[in-house]
Amino acid sequence: MATDTLQTTPEVGGMGHSVKRKEDPRFIRGAGEYIDDLVLPGMLWLDIVRSPYAHARIKGIDASEALKVPGVAAVITGADLEKAGLHWMPTLAGDKQMVLPTDTVMYASQEVAAVVATSRYAAADGVAAVLVDYEPLPVIVDPFKALEEGAAVLRPDRGPDKQTNRIWHWESGDKAKADAALASADVTISEDIYIPRIHVASIETCGCVADWDAVRGQMTLHITSQAPHAIRTVLALVSGLPEQNIRVKTHDIGGGFGGKVPVYPGYVLAVVASLTTGKPVKWIEDRSENLQADSFARDYHIHAEMGATKDGKITGLKVRTIADHGYSDAAADPSKFPAGLFNVITGSYDFQNAFVEVDGVYTNKPPGGIAYRCSFRVTEAVHAIERMVDILAHDIGKDPAQLRMENFIQPEQFPYKTPTGWEYDSGNYPAALQKAMDMIDYAGLRKEQLEKRARGELMGIGISSFTEIVGAGPSHDFDIIGLKMFDSCEIRVHPTGKVLARIGVQTQGQGHETTFAQIIAEELGFPVADVKIEYGDTDTAPYGLGTYASRSTPVAGAATAMASRKIKDKARKLAAHLLEANEDDLEWTNGKFSVKGSPDRSKTIQEISFAAYTNHPAGMEAGLEAVSYYDPPNLTFPFGSYICVVDIDKGTGQVNVRRFVAVDDCGNIINPMIVDGQIHGGLTMGLAPALYEEISYDENGQNQAGTFMDYLLPTAMETPAWEVAKTVTPSPHHPIGAKGVGESATVGAPPAIANAVVDALWHLGVRNIDIPITPQKVWKILRENGVTA
Amino acid sequence: MTTQHISVTVNGEVREADVEPRLLLVHLLRDVFLLTGTHIGCDTSNCGACTIHVNGQSAKSCTMLAVQADGAEIKTIEGMADGATLHALQQAFWDQHGLQCGFCTPGMIMQAAWLLDQNEKPNEAEIREGISGNLCRCTGYVNIVKAIQQASGQLEAGEAAPVEAAETVEAAPAS
Repeated sequence: MATDTLQTTPEVGGMGHSVKRKEDPRFIRGAGEYIDDLVLPGMLWLDIVRSPYAHARIKGIDASEALKVPGVAAVITGADLEKAGLHWMPTLAGDKQMVLPTDTVMYASQEVAAVVATSRYAAADGVAAVLVDYEPLPVIVDPFKALEEGAAVLRPDRGPDKQTNRIWHWESGDKAKADAALASADVTISEDIYIPRIHVASIETCGCVADWDAVRGQMTLHITSQAPHAIRTVLALVSGLPEQNIRVKTHDIGGGFGGKVPVYPGYVLAVVASLTTGKPVKWIEDRSENLQADSFARDYHIHAEMGATKDGKITGLKVRTIADHGYSDAAADPSKFPAGLFNVITGSYDFQNAFVEVDGVYTNKPPGGIAYRCSFRVTEAVHAIERMVDILAHDIGKDPAQLRMENFIQPEQFPYKTPTGWEYDSGNYPAALQKAMDMIDYAGLRKEQLEKRARGELMGIGISSFTEIVGAGPSHDFDIIGLKMFDSCEIRVHPTGKVLARIGVQTQGQGHETTFAQIIAEELGFPVADVKIEYGDTDTAPYGLGTYASRSTPVAGAATAMASRKIKDKARKLAAHLLEANEDDLEWTNGKFSVKGSPDRSKTIQEISFAAYTNHPAGMEAGLEAVSYYDPPNLTFPFGSYICVVDIDKGTGQVNVRRFVAVDDCGNIINPMIVDGQIHGGLTMGLAPALYEEISYDENGQNQAGTFMDYLLPTAMETPAWEVAKTVTPSPHHPIGAKGVGESATVGAPPAIANAVVDALWHLGVRNIDIPITPQKVWKILRENGVTA
Repeated sequence: MTTQHISVTVNGEVREADVEPRLLLVHLLRDVFLLTGTHIGCDTSNCGACTIHVNGQSAKSCTMLAVQADGAEIKTIEGMADGATLHALQQAFWDQHGLQCGFCTPGMIMQAAWLLDQNEKPNEAEIREGISGNLCRCTGYVNIVKAIQQASGQLEAGEAAPVEAAETVEAAPAS
């Protein structure tokens, strides 16, 4: 929202104002309250015994020595859980995973037993004293080998018709049309693109404190969860505890990025331990546990084929993908979408022949399939299409920017129906790319590159013109374990004109306490300072599906605007009563209703609030409250164009990101400062998998990046000074025209970087380098081509 | 297990405790003294969420034993503000949107304070190197760098910053 269209003053702080964050005073003083800060009277600590093998039979567990350790109160094994039927639990994807094994472990670091003790250190001592007798079994790490004829079936517990490592097969689009388009294309290209397993690695790991009150029959679960209401319902269904006696409460959360959506065995173990000991039980995972056992992201083996005319007009796309899910499908996807929204893979381009198929596969790796700051597999889709478009451009000798311009869906084509069934709400793709090209002087860079190449220097320019798909979602298509993906806001206006609003989504650092107050400020004129936003306590907040997939603003933000409008409708009636005027004769400006033509006859929203409790008209209920459960009519489709310039060190293969310009369009903007912050962070989480991060496994299924010594998060040294800008194309169906922005940059950045590196090396015959593009990979290419000795 | 008696000065206050020799300093602060502003983000001294000052020196408190701090002067994030008056770095992190989830923030502020102690006006490269032992997953470091520039008098706190941000926005036609 441009400054000249601001509807409110800075003091009110509605949409478009860079209001300083309301949550920050506690964080900058160290007064935040994260899960590990919570200490309850009599609290015990839980620690977990984990498997050193990726696949093994458990021949026995001997806890006798552990029980002698001072402070150890209990050891819980799979056999104990089996008595209560709690040794397996359902996953969000409709599969099941072990809480603790009774006979077989399926991945290295899997939970094997839990120790409960009076202190953090005593629990760790107890873990060290538990003796487990394992018989190692053959390990399947490679999903392609898992699908081979005769491969051992990793999950014999599934039904007789499912004795295969193929979890599911999913397809989208029209195969015959895509085949025909490819067969008749002037040009066809094909490429294998692997998007490796990565981990969100929020700086705060996961944890909980389960607090069972046997007298009241009340379970309070304090937890690092991005979706507290869903956790409450799952807990009620699994444990049999009545849902009204379960309170799930989040505290400050130190980053989520998708990793805090699933239910982990540690949470269930803490609940069981609290139920059995009658005391509060805290479980906090270590970083090495977090990286080795929590849900991963990506791990997509993609084979893509694209057809085009000789001039480079794309005519068709076929994509076949093997998705490695580990030993259980614990993906956090909407239930109708086992491969998430991967079929948004036609991207920003106008062609109508596409076919996508994905096979989910079991291996001896940790379960998962969550997002890494993205909306259900859109990052995998964007990486594939943006890499393919770049390869096509290079193959036919056309500038990659020009080829994109010629294939873009044009502004007048929206709403645009894609061949895989999505309806893009709005967009102006050429404007965003042109703006990025102007900012970075694209023509100048191409000239410089030619000069450098003549001198033997390696410089590359990469573009990514992505379309995001966020805000899940409309109830006819979107649910998780049957729960429709609406979201909510409840607003209470107090007599003195101050506001308490509760939302069904959760913040993990996005700044909801500020931005949701700004939506209310925009709609109702209450200053942001007078609006308190609460979330994360299922006893008080309205039901919602939580924060992930950039859905807070698109869904709960819409609910907040709609609840505000219900308040305003009642405020109008109250104002008419107070002003002794007809409702139709009132107009709303700057936080007050006034009589048309008599601006001095007016009532502020604060005066109206007071009247709602002190002077409401006969026949009207007192009070000023509203609630909205918003079911979005469509998803929103943020987009952007990124341009990256890299220089490559010929001696070491090191890629240096010299400049990176990001033009984002997330529709109308609530808080420009926060939007820029989200983009800065998202870009850095796009840089990370592009150049640094990968969770890889050796042939024995051992995680090769299980600590921050080996899993490289970018520091301030690796991270370039991002250059960001916006275009604004409002969502036509969203009440405030917003689209969501938290993940766009993570989705859009990796192919811009990969394209830049390939662009620098194309003349050496390089068509694709799988991310992360490490110096080792580049150095090998340079060496094979005689560029470096 | 045997314990050892230690005395440390934390944020100007003398604190005593009987601790196991293996107790990490960060656990002394968090679990014994209940100063939970200092956080733990890894097991390997990489993330810096536990950064504090020990005798005026920046230190990762997960990499020291509590007994090693016996007799030391310790400063944590809780000791940075002077009552209601924020430390210049705290104010700057707020002004510049230098934090999001807030988990790395205390360690980042303590490291930045030590950096400015060593180098009153670091340039951008020096700032980036100076905080490279502290990981942030939310901000991309852009605004953390700005916050440190503000606190070192190299950047205005500025009402201007938000307006400038808004002006980068350009209207494009809606469909």
